[in-house]
Amino acid sequence: MNRCTDAKRAQIHESLGLDQPFLSQYGDWLKGLFVGREISFGPGFNIDCNAPCLGVSYITKEQVTPYLMSRFPATLSIALAGFMYLALGVAIGAFAARRRGTTVDRSLVASTLVVSSIPFYIFALMAYLYIVLKWGILPDTTYVPLTENPLTWAGHMMLPWAVLAAWNCVTYARFGRGSMIDSLGEDYVRTARAKGLGEASIVVKHALRSAIVPVITIFGIDIATLLAGTIFAEKIFNIQGIGLTALSALTTGDLPVISATVIIAAGFIVVANLVVDLLYSVLDPRVRLV
Amino acid sequence: MTVTESASSPSSSAGDEPFLVVEDLSVRFPTADGLVQAVTDLSYEVELGRTLGIVGESGSGKSVSSMSVMSLHDNKRAQTSGSIRVDGDEIIGISENRMRKIRGNRVAMIFQDPLSALHPFYRVGRQIAEAYLTHHSDASKREARAKAIDMLDRVGIPQPDHRVDDFPHQFSGGMRQRAMIAMALVNDPRLLIADEPTTALDVTVQAQILDLLQDLQRDFGSAIVFITHDLGVIAEVADEILVMYAGRGVERGSCKEILTHPEMPYTWGLMSSIPDVTGDTSARLHPIPGTPPSMLAPPTGCSFHPRCTFTDHVPGDLCVTQIPDLRPGGRGLGHLKRCHIEDVDAVYESEVKADLAWEES
Repeated sequence: MNRCTDAKRAQIHESLGLDQPFLSQYGDWLKGLFVGREISFGPGFNIDCNAPCLGVSYITKEQVTPYLMSRFPATLSIALAGFMYLALGVAIGAFAARRRGTTVDRSLVASTLVVSSIPFYIFALMAYLYIVLKWGILPDTTYVPLTENPLTWAGHMMLPWAVLAAWNCVTYARFGRGSMIDSLGEDYVRTARAKGLGEASIVVKHALRSAIVPVITIFGIDIATLLAGTIFAEKIFNIQGIGLTALSALTTGDLPVISATVIIAAGFIVVANLVVDLLYSVLDPRVRLV
Repeated sequence: MTVTESASSPSSSAGDEPFLVVEDLSVRFPTADGLVQAVTDLSYEVELGRTLGIVGESGSGKSVSSMSVMSLHDNKRAQTSGSIRVDGDEIIGISENRMRKIRGNRVAMIFQDPLSALHPFYRVGRQIAEAYLTHHSDASKREARAKAIDMLDRVGIPQPDHRVDDFPHQFSGGMRQRAMIAMALVNDPRLLIADEPTTALDVTVQAQILDLLQDLQRDFGSAIVFITHDLGVIAEVADEILVMYAGRGVERGSCKEILTHPEMPYTWGLMSSIPDVTGDTSARLHPIPGTPPSMLAPPTGCSFHPRCTFTDHVPGDLCVTQIPDLRPGGRGLGHLKRCHIEDVDAVYESEVKADLAWEES
């Protein structure tokens, strides 16, 4: 079975740059990232990799960066669900917090526990199975670019959004409820009431305004994870995004694609943290960055 | 600064009745451990232009009773009975919509800790303007801002046109309390409830704030309910004093009368525990023994009897079995006390007066 000769092995070793010291390999990679480079797959078989170069796929011999870029709109479309479950979850949480201790509150808390105890892939698979395949309530979920047909795009995204929103909002509902209960008990909310403000003003402008700050922290990390590709959602709903790309690269051992998706995910996390920190200074005047 | 007569605060329509009348007010909170009897059968009244000082230890029901006047208790959690009349309007059982028009308008409140009572995310001026706009829906934002600057100036904030755009955390403690007062007074309230407004401040700032409140009262002619546990502060600001213990009023009368001829052992205890700066440093203070009772299970009879050192002046076990009425003592109808001791004056002269550090000097 071993058809790989020693000579061939040495040649692959060289073309991958594995004969170079670590620092030099890293230097090559960085150079590719900023100015592009040429990647060799053997004598006379070089592929130009333009900046920002994240490598060339072993399998398809395609440049990884443009390939991932073409997959990104699908992932971005899914990530929009993040804003939906943030809004939905915080609204449910605030609603429950205002009725703390009542039957409504207890049943809401109980149902959030039920939902979050179902694994996401079961939840999503069941939803797909019944809502699309069995009952045909929503159209199939394959990705259609927004630029091609906005209506079909939205229609096809409907189920992924609904499933992600429903499953993830419960976390935000529980967290938002706790945060809202804290802030409803604050002295400044009592002051707002003592001013004679209406209930809506008290709840939204005074209580929710401060309750939202800690929720934003989790949301920042959450949205970064979504942008890095949701493997379950993309696999189940057959959406060709970053997550699915990473998954298939893993099964074929396509190292440049794997490393690129990991780097992109790390980048999103770093950027999300930065954005959250910057956002803090906007949301809370006591936080000043300079 | 001109005092504008707000449309929604007509001069007293209830004839000769004082502006604020509290009658037999009881506030109870059902909890998992039982019923907390925070306030029981409390009665008092305040006229316009007068200041009532409410004194008592923590948990004596001072704040709970005044929160009831603002109807700030959650009706689902608090059981309130009795009668509270503000300018003739009954507050207990009033609809939330009608109460909203009274709160912050005819009746305003200054809270204890201005750092937590001001919203940390909004500019001071905006918070004052919001209080104004709530009750002046026809006013523009520009007018409200001008009003906020005017009020900040009135309470002695330097450069009010700049500081109006500061956030509460950029203010010092005394300035925050001034801003709080500006916010409470922006709608010219006829009744101002000050819930320990100086407790979080140092004595210099405290004196400034007390002066400010008295000046403002002179200008606005409002009634003030001043809640504190500090008899020194009370002596300075109050026209009348109500001493509260375990949710009940235990002594009531004019400020001078209560401070010079207290007739209730609890009031004696409060006074004996005031240190005297010019006094003998080796002399011991006389704190009231014990701690305030649990309001879940108040003592039988006089609620002060477990801590009272004068029960031997009362025949039998009257103190333990029967709650004394709040009735006039030997000094006329203007001085009410809740105590079984008959010869209070004699007991006071012989056993208490010597312990009052400041009385000697």
